[in-house]
Amino acid sequence: MQLFPCPFCGPREESEFHYGGEAGNLRPDGNDVTAERWAGYLHMRDNPKGPTREIWMHLTCGEFFAMSRDSVNHKVSGSSALGETEHGA
Amino acid sequence: MSASRLPNGGSDIDRARPLTFTFDGGRIEGFAGDTIASALLASGRAVVGRSFKYHRPRGIWGSGVEEPNALVDIERAGGRVPNARATTEPAKDGIVVRSVNATPTALADRNAVLDRFARFLPAAFYYKTFMWPDWHLFEPRIRAMAGLGVVDRNWKPRQMADQINHHCDVLVVGAGPAGLAAAAGAAAAGHSVALVDDSTRPGGSLRHRAGDVDSVEGMAWVDAMVAKLKSEGQLVLSDTTAFGLYDHNLVALNQRHRDGRPDTLWRVRPRRIVLATGAIERPVPFANNDLPGILSADAALAYLRRHGVLVGQQIVVATNNDSAYEAATALAAAGASVTVVDCRRDCGAQAGAGIRVLAGRTVVAARGRNAVRGVLLDDGTNLAADCVLVSGGWTPTVHLFSQAKGKLAWSDDLAAFVPGEAVDGIGVAGAVAGTVSLSETLASGAAALGPFGSSSTPVAHSTGAEATLGVVGLWPKPKAKGRVWIDYQSDVTAKDVELAARENFVSVEHLKRYTTLGMATDQGKTSNLNGLALLADVTGRGIAEVGTTTYRPPFTPVPFASLAGARRGSMHAPVRRLPLEASHRAASGVFQEYGGWLRPAYYGSGDAEAAIQDGVRRARQSVALFDGSTLGKIEVIGPRAADFVDFIYYNTMSTLKPGHCRYGFMLSENGVVFDDGVLVRLDEHRFIVSCSSSHVAAVHARLEEWRQDRFGRDAVYIHNATAQYATLTVSGPNARGLVEALDLGATLDDASLPHMAVAAGRFAGDEVRITRVSFTGDRSYEISIRADRAEALWTRMQQEGCAFDAVLLGLESLMILRAEKGYIVIGKDTDGNTMPHDLGVAGPRTKRTGEFVGRRSLFIEAADDGNRNQLVGLAVREGEAPLATGAHGVEKSGGPLRSIGFVTSSYRSPILGRPVALALIERGAARHGETIDVQHLGVVRQATIVAPCAFDPEGKRLHA
Repeated sequence: MQLFPCPFCGPREESEFHYGGEAGNLRPDGNDVTAERWAGYLHMRDNPKGPTREIWMHLTCGEFFAMSRDSVNHKVSGSSALGETEHGA
Repeated sequence: MSASRLPNGGSDIDRARPLTFTFDGGRIEGFAGDTIASALLASGRAVVGRSFKYHRPRGIWGSGVEEPNALVDIERAGGRVPNARATTEPAKDGIVVRSVNATPTALADRNAVLDRFARFLPAAFYYKTFMWPDWHLFEPRIRAMAGLGVVDRNWKPRQMADQINHHCDVLVVGAGPAGLAAAAGAAAAGHSVALVDDSTRPGGSLRHRAGDVDSVEGMAWVDAMVAKLKSEGQLVLSDTTAFGLYDHNLVALNQRHRDGRPDTLWRVRPRRIVLATGAIERPVPFANNDLPGILSADAALAYLRRHGVLVGQQIVVATNNDSAYEAATALAAAGASVTVVDCRRDCGAQAGAGIRVLAGRTVVAARGRNAVRGVLLDDGTNLAADCVLVSGGWTPTVHLFSQAKGKLAWSDDLAAFVPGEAVDGIGVAGAVAGTVSLSETLASGAAALGPFGSSSTPVAHSTGAEATLGVVGLWPKPKAKGRVWIDYQSDVTAKDVELAARENFVSVEHLKRYTTLGMATDQGKTSNLNGLALLADVTGRGIAEVGTTTYRPPFTPVPFASLAGARRGSMHAPVRRLPLEASHRAASGVFQEYGGWLRPAYYGSGDAEAAIQDGVRRARQSVALFDGSTLGKIEVIGPRAADFVDFIYYNTMSTLKPGHCRYGFMLSENGVVFDDGVLVRLDEHRFIVSCSSSHVAAVHARLEEWRQDRFGRDAVYIHNATAQYATLTVSGPNARGLVEALDLGATLDDASLPHMAVAAGRFAGDEVRITRVSFTGDRSYEISIRADRAEALWTRMQQEGCAFDAVLLGLESLMILRAEKGYIVIGKDTDGNTMPHDLGVAGPRTKRTGEFVGRRSLFIEAADDGNRNQLVGLAVREGEAPLATGAHGVEKSGGPLRSIGFVTSSYRSPILGRPVALALIERGAARHGETIDVQHLGVVRQATIVAPCAFDPEGKRLHA
């Protein structure tokens, strides 16, 4: 059971969180977005082995935030509210 | 085997407190402090169980969690415990103990004959043998023969198991000398400590092996250390197994209670973990090494010193290391005649008085049927024996370290895998780390604390003789004569391992699965290393190269009751309940779960179908009352609320006038309809999103996601008020009359409150919201009121309803009413491909210019595919029964029969006097009037595609 640092509530167990996807997957607006670009936004993921930056939602407070985590050893190096700079875990 | 109780001795037992229990119907005497195993040994029982596959007679092998043979079912107050290890279960007065996998008794098992056919039953024989005509033909009988304990089907928990979350600075697993030294060091450094041990008493190896610490006899030192820790308020738990180590250093413990309470589950989150889990003695490979009377040398020493039990009179000790000599010496001193067969040439110096040592010799086979009678040595010598003790070296208990993803390193000196590179936050100490001498062990305990230790505290040290090991490899050899047992509990022999290698199962993980080596309830604690050493030999590799299988929790079996805790029965997946549940029950509501909510399916004690049909009929004729409190009520508030709902919905919502509502879809980003519902605009900057009952949490999360990602905290505020309001619906031709009688103070004429408008009213001093929306096709009023004040309103509605012949409507009747109208339920009448234009709502797709969720996906190639499944109604011929929900429309045009869609909703309509059905059918919108084949369970029927709305297609009744 991993411990995730919610920027608002502090460290909580992972069962309180909901995965929101890889960070930086920006939504392209408009109908002239190419099919490739839109498919990339919808479906294509890096799924990196090692350091990752992910979006998570803390279900109990309802806040989304970004978190840096290692997908191999599960170490969490920090988290931040959306639009704010990261602080250590 | 002629084991017996000595007249004196036994540190664990209290001879003043005798007890009796039964084993396989026979009377067994013991003392308080005995385990079931020690009492069985003391009574001279050699055969205590039958092996899993061949029904070989088996005896007690170990003295702790490693025990592979002595599994028993225990009946006691509170029920039966299956597959308990006799070596760890305390003997209790009056318990009924039965051997497992044996009929009628372990000694006289009638399936023992199976062993004569062992030659035809090698590893995986059933994969090869029972292929024709079908494995499932044989499976039940094979499963019935190859079983262990019997589960008590009538078992009822007397109380729920406790579950405790615990935080501390240092958790020490194992209360032997290393663990105690670590716990003492951490406590001295000012840290909070939890010290846990799976035995009944702390002390580890000091419980039965000699050793002096700081000039005090070993166990006296142990008792003093434990007393000191307890007096300092530190947590010390016995009978507690750390069975799993999970991410971020979460350790799960299972604590057994001896007073009948269910086990307690602990979740411990320490800042540092010290693993002082010890090591387990390995068997020695020789033919028939599974005979009763052959046991671990360390276990024999434990039974002697803890329980005063002498395991035999004429004992042969087979060893490859020094550790067996303490047992040999002690047993000789207790009166046994002892011969040590040591595979090392240079070893004799350690032997105590009266012990014969045969150096450089190995045992190649044991003789005997239900008990060992003697051994054959490699030089042809026959030795008579009623007991053979084996010590094939020590396997460090690295399970928890490996679960923490720690890598193991092979040690030639120890002939074992030991923990390799350190893992963050975890220290290893004592035998698990490969220490041998007591001084080394004590020092490793203090060192394992890392930053949680104290340099100023003196480390305990040994003041007695130091242990040595000097182990050499004594592994199973290929092509050995006879049956050399590797895994006792899974009945795996050396030949099975060789067979697996011959058939190219050369990965250790494949070996495990092909032969079941290490897959039994003991998880191969005694057998794994011998198995992979043999595999290494057969495949010409080193043991390190072969590696180990993955260690997974739990270390020992954990009762489900402990893991479940309070989450049993109705608490397993708690339902949400209506604020008016008591009122519905008083009115004979029959409840079912719908999307996590417990709701009335229908009312009445008679036939369900009749009650449901009657509800529909009366709702259409007069008026119905329905509790719609589960409908989502999510408030969206703020200066950009209108922009926000435009982005969230497929339909344009910002043009909605305050005081009105609009039906709309929410899409996923892939253009699929995610939810539908009515949006209410209360004022310029305030909306209420009414979403499907079972989607509230998901819709709420989605709204939050887009708000935080795109609109910001200052622009929009979202509040899920679903549980705060009860919503009570009045629907039917007489709905307005009934609502007027409620005297809510709102103007209800159609000019003031038309369909899809909202009005404010009051009931008994509380504000209510009256919304004219309809899920029945009839004039309807949804009245929302504070949930805690809803009962009075509901009572009043029923009182006033008498004059109108009002009916209480359950959800099943509502489903028919909405299906008659072609109103859909998302997820039932739609699937993961359904886009809004498939449901006939194409306007926003073509007309909207602003951005909204899922928009771009509505213009991908697949969205324009002419063969998309579209929502239709299906009509059947006069007098026919309803179609089956889920039945497929089928078509055979040239190629094979294929599906052209499926029935999503199907009911009998009492008003129309015929069935109605909704379906998703390929190109359905353009095929009204066509007759298609519908297939269900092999039966093909005809149905005609019609418009989804079967009742009042002009919608006149909404305003009637």
